[in-house]
Amino acid sequence: MSAITRDEVAHLARLSRLALTDDELDHYATQLDAIIESVAKVAEVAAEDVPPSSHALPLKNVFRADEVRQSLTPEQALSGAPAVEDDRFRVPRILGEEA
Amino acid sequence: MSLISKTAAELGAMIAAGEVSAVEVAEAHLDRMVEVEPKVQAFLHVEREVTLEQARAVDTRLRAGERLGPLAGVPIAHKDIFATRDMPTTAASKILEGWRPPYDATVTARLREAGLVILGKTNLDEFAMGSSTENSAYHVTRNPWDLSRVPGGSSGGSSAAVAAYEAPLSTGTDTGGSIRQPAAVTGIVGMKPTYGGSSRYGLIAFASSLDTPGPFARNVLDAALLHEAFSGHDPLDSTSIDAPVPSVVEAARQADIAGMRVGVVKEFGGEGYQAGVLARYHEAVELLESLGAKVVEVSCPSFRTALPAYYLIAPSECSSNLARFDAMRYGLRVGDDGSRSAEEVMALTRAAGFGPEVKRRIMLGTYALSSGYYDAYYGQAQKVRTVISREFDAAFQQVDVLVSPTTPTTAFAIGERADDPMAMYLADLCTIPSNLAGNAAMSVPCGLADEDNLPVGLQIMAPVLADDRCYRVGAAVEKALESRWGGPLLKEAPSL
Repeated sequence: MSAITRDEVAHLARLSRLALTDDELDHYATQLDAIIESVAKVAEVAAEDVPPSSHALPLKNVFRADEVRQSLTPEQALSGAPAVEDDRFRVPRILGEEA
Repeated sequence: MSLISKTAAELGAMIAAGEVSAVEVAEAHLDRMVEVEPKVQAFLHVEREVTLEQARAVDTRLRAGERLGPLAGVPIAHKDIFATRDMPTTAASKILEGWRPPYDATVTARLREAGLVILGKTNLDEFAMGSSTENSAYHVTRNPWDLSRVPGGSSGGSSAAVAAYEAPLSTGTDTGGSIRQPAAVTGIVGMKPTYGGSSRYGLIAFASSLDTPGPFARNVLDAALLHEAFSGHDPLDSTSIDAPVPSVVEAARQADIAGMRVGVVKEFGGEGYQAGVLARYHEAVELLESLGAKVVEVSCPSFRTALPAYYLIAPSECSSNLARFDAMRYGLRVGDDGSRSAEEVMALTRAAGFGPEVKRRIMLGTYALSSGYYDAYYGQAQKVRTVISREFDAAFQQVDVLVSPTTPTTAFAIGERADDPMAMYLADLCTIPSNLAGNAAMSVPCGLADEDNLPVGLQIMAPVLADDRCYRVGAAVEKALESRWGGPLLKEAPSL
């Protein structure tokens, strides 16, 4: 039995905001199935009582002084934008997407 | 001897003494690039005038009596994943084609402060995901030892540039082995500092809990000088360690390992490893013993599960990090014809802008983080990460450093593993545990494999913030082997 179905891969692509073609979905379904089967080996380590590590080092939150510092100018912030209007990022419509 | 074959330390001393200018040194390397780049293709962006402008500025600073570090005026190749104000920054992805960041990464800024001259931006696997640099959206980089082979990855442009004498130094980033593995397969030195020892600010993120900037060089001392130049606490990176940089330069000069305890990791070796790699590795272990180290075997059984744990943790973090490429604020935008919604434009842009490996990892990470699978995959991988850290801790109770081969095989052929992700992932088998645990690790050349006459790397792993031990052992190995070989390993490389 496969670890992941083609429909699941299509769902993942939607969640990932990747507009994939049918051929790509077939291709990735096969590859992801093999990869998931292989990474499932993590289950072999007995670790029920072990705490998870999200990080290599023990970390605590770092604060900095609340001081005004120089930041990007509007021109700099917009310098790489695909579309600009009135000193703002111009984006495609975001409302009324789902009728 | 020509300027391009000098070490970084030698060039820095010559420039400081006024024997040669930073401009002359930069020109010598730019000329070398013109000569060999058509074959090697290590760089994505080179702008001769931008480089010469930096060199002229360093010469001016030196003439004005400004005291700069030991690498002032020395040229460097910079991995194209670090933000640079004056050069494009693409992470070798089409989604960032032509992007010019409005700011410098901390590593970039520190290179400039130290007076290093950036020759250009080097090729990599897209977003540093890969082990061969074949995943670059732009072109394939070739291994200077054999142009039909890969230079390793993800920092393959940086390893190839140094091995091809296009630059004496380069920067890399190591998330699962992306500095050590390319260093090993091109016969140079590569160092992954302790996680948090070098700043991630302005480094385009792949897996934030693993990404670590580090140096490449043709010898251990040069790597230490570069390590020292760009490392240390950075308030702009919340995971940066607020502690002094380990005394890596002093350790590289010391090169004495008498009385050091060296652990041989039992789990690395045997099936799946190339015979010639194991032969050079075993000789290196004998060499360490003959230099006065006490060698013992150490068992870290969970290291075998590091690879699967990594291929859950890194893609999970990548799927989250790469969500920022939304076609709204910078980079590519596709399909914005006025009729499509933002979400449709986003999905079309990401499909067009990301390559196959990046898409695979985003989907794998999305899967591992989805409800119903989270505990079995991402959660369990995080527990394995704890177990691996504990095994490192236990091993470092007994020994000062651990050693292993850096890679199971020498450089593989271009195309050989391109369509087989699982085969590609095996290249990082020995390097991944140190990324998960965050400790320091280096690759240093230890000879050529008999089968193919290609370089083999020895990996030296040291505890968190004991980076100096890697340099001490690496420098001792280098010194002994170079006296045996009558010079550096790279003199065996074919001329380009």
